[in-house]
Amino acid sequence: MRPFKYTRANDAGTAVQTATANANAKFLAGGTNIIDLMKEDVERPDELIDVTRLNLTQVKTIDTGANKGGVSIGGLGKNTDAANHPLIRQNYPLLTQAIVAGATEQIRNMATNGGNMNQRTRCTYFYDTAMPCNKREPGTGCGALEGINRNHAIFGWSKDCVATYPGDMAIALAALDAVIKVQGKDGTERSIPFTDYHRLPGDTPQKDNNLEHGELITSIEIPKNNFAGKSYYLKVRDRASYAFALVSVAAALEMNGSKISQVRIAMGGVSHKPWRATEAEKMLVGKDATEANFKAAADAEMKNAKPLEYNKFKVELGRRAIVRGLMMAMNGGKA
Amino acid sequence: MIKTNVIGKPIDRKDGRAKVTGAAKYAAEFGVNNVAYAFPIRSTIGNGTITKIDTSAAEKAGGVLTIITPDNAMRLKTLGNPMELMKVGGLLGEDILPLQDSKVNYFGQYIGLVVAETYEQARTAAEMVEVTYAKLTPAIDLKTEIPKAEMPKTSGFGAPAQLNQGKTESIIKSSPVKIEQTYTTRTENHHPMEPHATIAVWDGDDKILLYDATQGVKGVQGVVSYFFNLQPDNVRVMSPYVGGGFGCKGGQWGHILLAAMAAKTVKRPVKLAITRNMMSTNVGRRPETIQTVALASDKNGKLKAMRHANTSYKSFSNYYEESGKQTKVLYAADEREVTYKIAKLNVGAPTFMRAPGETPGTFALESAMDELAVELKIDPIKLRMINHTAIDPETKLPFSLENIVECYTIGAEKFGWANRKSQPRTNREGKYLVGHGMATATYPAIRSTASVKVQIFANGSVKVLSATQDIGTGTYTIMAQTLADALGVPVEKITVEIGDSSLPTAPVSGGSTTAVSVTTAVLVGGEMLKKDLMALALKDSKSKLNGRNESEIEFANARFYVKGDTSKSDEYTDILKRNGKEMMEVCASSVPQNGGGLSGLFAPCSTEQFNSEEDADAKKYSFHSFGAQFAEVMVDEDTGMIRVSRFTSVQDIGRVLNEKTARSQIIGGVIYGLGQTLMEETQYDKRWANPIQRNLGDYHVPCNLDVPKIDVHFIGKPDPHISPIGARGIGEIGITGVAAAVANAVYNATGKRIRDLPLTPDKLL
Repeated sequence: MRPFKYTRANDAGTAVQTATANANAKFLAGGTNIIDLMKEDVERPDELIDVTRLNLTQVKTIDTGANKGGVSIGGLGKNTDAANHPLIRQNYPLLTQAIVAGATEQIRNMATNGGNMNQRTRCTYFYDTAMPCNKREPGTGCGALEGINRNHAIFGWSKDCVATYPGDMAIALAALDAVIKVQGKDGTERSIPFTDYHRLPGDTPQKDNNLEHGELITSIEIPKNNFAGKSYYLKVRDRASYAFALVSVAAALEMNGSKISQVRIAMGGVSHKPWRATEAEKMLVGKDATEANFKAAADAEMKNAKPLEYNKFKVELGRRAIVRGLMMAMNGGKA
Repeated sequence: MIKTNVIGKPIDRKDGRAKVTGAAKYAAEFGVNNVAYAFPIRSTIGNGTITKIDTSAAEKAGGVLTIITPDNAMRLKTLGNPMELMKVGGLLGEDILPLQDSKVNYFGQYIGLVVAETYEQARTAAEMVEVTYAKLTPAIDLKTEIPKAEMPKTSGFGAPAQLNQGKTESIIKSSPVKIEQTYTTRTENHHPMEPHATIAVWDGDDKILLYDATQGVKGVQGVVSYFFNLQPDNVRVMSPYVGGGFGCKGGQWGHILLAAMAAKTVKRPVKLAITRNMMSTNVGRRPETIQTVALASDKNGKLKAMRHANTSYKSFSNYYEESGKQTKVLYAADEREVTYKIAKLNVGAPTFMRAPGETPGTFALESAMDELAVELKIDPIKLRMINHTAIDPETKLPFSLENIVECYTIGAEKFGWANRKSQPRTNREGKYLVGHGMATATYPAIRSTASVKVQIFANGSVKVLSATQDIGTGTYTIMAQTLADALGVPVEKITVEIGDSSLPTAPVSGGSTTAVSVTTAVLVGGEMLKKDLMALALKDSKSKLNGRNESEIEFANARFYVKGDTSKSDEYTDILKRNGKEMMEVCASSVPQNGGGLSGLFAPCSTEQFNSEEDADAKKYSFHSFGAQFAEVMVDEDTGMIRVSRFTSVQDIGRVLNEKTARSQIIGGVIYGLGQTLMEETQYDKRWANPIQRNLGDYHVPCNLDVPKIDVHFIGKPDPHISPIGARGIGEIGITGVAAAVANAVYNATGKRIRDLPLTPDKLL
């Protein structure tokens, strides 16, 4: 870990202003990822701006604007508090399931909602400074492309980067069409639709997302929806808890009689960003919620997968996970 | 056999309170004045030579005291003949002495050391050192290196390596029933909770004190005295608490020498605590194995031949994984063949890891037995019973005590084996396929020479001291229990001091030897002290025992009394006081006949033996423990995820010394086995030789949710030969057979035979 300056911000404006003034500054919230990365010499900020004192922790019903009736989750609230808030548990159980599927209780007690969006890939080649990695050091190449890439992407990767986004919470938020609210310099605010927030690697894998330097996530908004009774977060992993997803699926359905009127499917562990299974979704709208239809939809999505040497299993696993996720959602999350 | 009262009881750990309150100090936690901190610089290539180490930027970094590289490092005595090192008790993990030359043998090798005022300063400066190399291609992939592999003549400890090579082929060929399959296991790392750490404190040029996280304080003393040319008595090693070892703290690795070198260089105490990442490169590993097992039987299942061909790797030591060990001990068969083919790779040296040999070996053999049972349409337990042997098939010696059939029977009953559906895919519970599997567990029972000092004080307190260690197993507690019975004093009055090389010699805490070896020495010590006390009483005119015969005297509650008349008694403390003694002590040893175990080179401090009607002669008996493992799995076929939902372990480990700590040892062993079975694996990138799983986020070990209730049973009959107490070691047998029991259960559930560990979801799709 390199020496750095520690600054504590007491309001969002000062935090953003301080960060904007220093291209090598980073925000410190829960610290569950940035501190590890600094210890490993992967991140080398020369200033950490502590934003934990900022009053951006509430979970509340949105009473105005486009997402009226939806919920706003404070960017600096803790994951545990978001998962357990009655508004989330009652109206967005998919989000609760996804949050508690991630990490451990202890880590979720520290980790913040905004920070969770920005956690970085767990690709070994990214973490090991002796390895080439375009994400860590642009231009050095991708170690994982022809390396041990079992945990890597099958959708949307480029020859410059095959890393995956590691989180769970964001997969549910992608399915729920959330919006990320950020504050930029001079107090400007903007809203970023969730699926536009994280990026595919392309030739700039060093950019995980579309947050500009200095911008701070103030809240995450989820529009009102009718998925609460029929949603499920399925996470397939190498051990029962405390492991990143091999593949995960956030599935949500809204029925009109026997027909599917709305469906959301997002996948984790398969891409550089939370992957919305739009091909599968398209296939299902207006159809009966049958296993056969779910399978056909899963096939449609997974036929576009491009696996690497060690992660070919993710194509079949993804197919099964979509079907299982949808079946579980239909059954109200019960087996 | 001795009479037991406290031995066997499930009393709480002597060290439990200190551990849960944080009072227990681990190696890195000792406060030493004026300590400096060291952080290693490690190679980033797998094979080659360092051409330049540029330390100019790092030297200017804050707090840096010195940077040691192969260019300026002090020269250590050369290794020479490893036997010379073994004579002083040392056992290097790998034959590479740190910073003595510019050769890079594996990725992550220590190639330099920064010493600074703080840990953070040392670590930061280490990141600023620029190294250039002349690179060579590293040998990383076992399969690629097989053509260059050799068949060793002897094992690491000098025993013949190959057994009956070529002798089974004709029998197997002509046999009516046979199976032959290849099973593979992956490289694993130990990852005890406490990473290795050393604090080195020199006193002048010829004396040194080390606080070290080790399974063997005498080994560390040996290695440091050897390479720094010191009198062993001038090297003191302290390791009162150890946060797990599992084998990687059994030998001595480079960081110990680096800490002592650094402290000598900066003329200050130096602390070197290695990182979790270094635990995957610098302190050993269980190597990958490829094992082909052939079993041939008659139509009734009677084994005619067993053949176990093992392929693995070694690197910079003589250690290789003896995964055929159990195949020499288990089952009657007309002929058996066990062979090894060992390649050499550019990774850090493999070393002992909990049940070295048997852990991967029982996966292969016990999976193969299950496959043979399927082939024969015989119940897997029945197949094992048909081939039961009461004598060691290789040495033809009788086992000292062997109750394996009872283990199967009790296990089957406790587990409910009778309800098992032998046809795969016929047991469903909701979305899960349910399966039941079993396997045999086995591990050698080794007793070594050990010594202890026993002291009794006029205030009634009693102490037992030894250079043994408690690596989390319960050594403190069973030593106190043994002394309580031997000397007849309440266990609460007894203090145990261990983990200090200046105390009487004891073996490395490895190979499941500590419990049997050290408690026997404690027993001898208790008997000796009691005899001394009694002699004083019998000849003392002020004692109510005056003039009596030894044979009339009994003892309990820290006093002697005349048999049948407790009013005629004499308190131990009164005996001391009347004789004007503040303290009485003895030094006692236990020396097994023809065994020698792991520490035959250590001189005992006394030759007195008591209660020696046992015949612990390794030339007359074969000493082994056996057990039976039963697993229930629930497999989600959609996702490939396996949940082990129940586990029953029945172990025949002789007398149980403490029902609670023994149970914990078996539970821990089973959990370690579940890790091996379901998730543990260290992979290497062939191009750079770097390990892919570098931390506990990547290297999965079981979490609570992966571990079911583990039902443990002991046969509990004392082994009449291994010692006067009759207990055998228990640290390792619990892991053996676990992988096969689970994999066999997965077959029973799904009809899929997976012969490649770990059983991750992708392998079930």
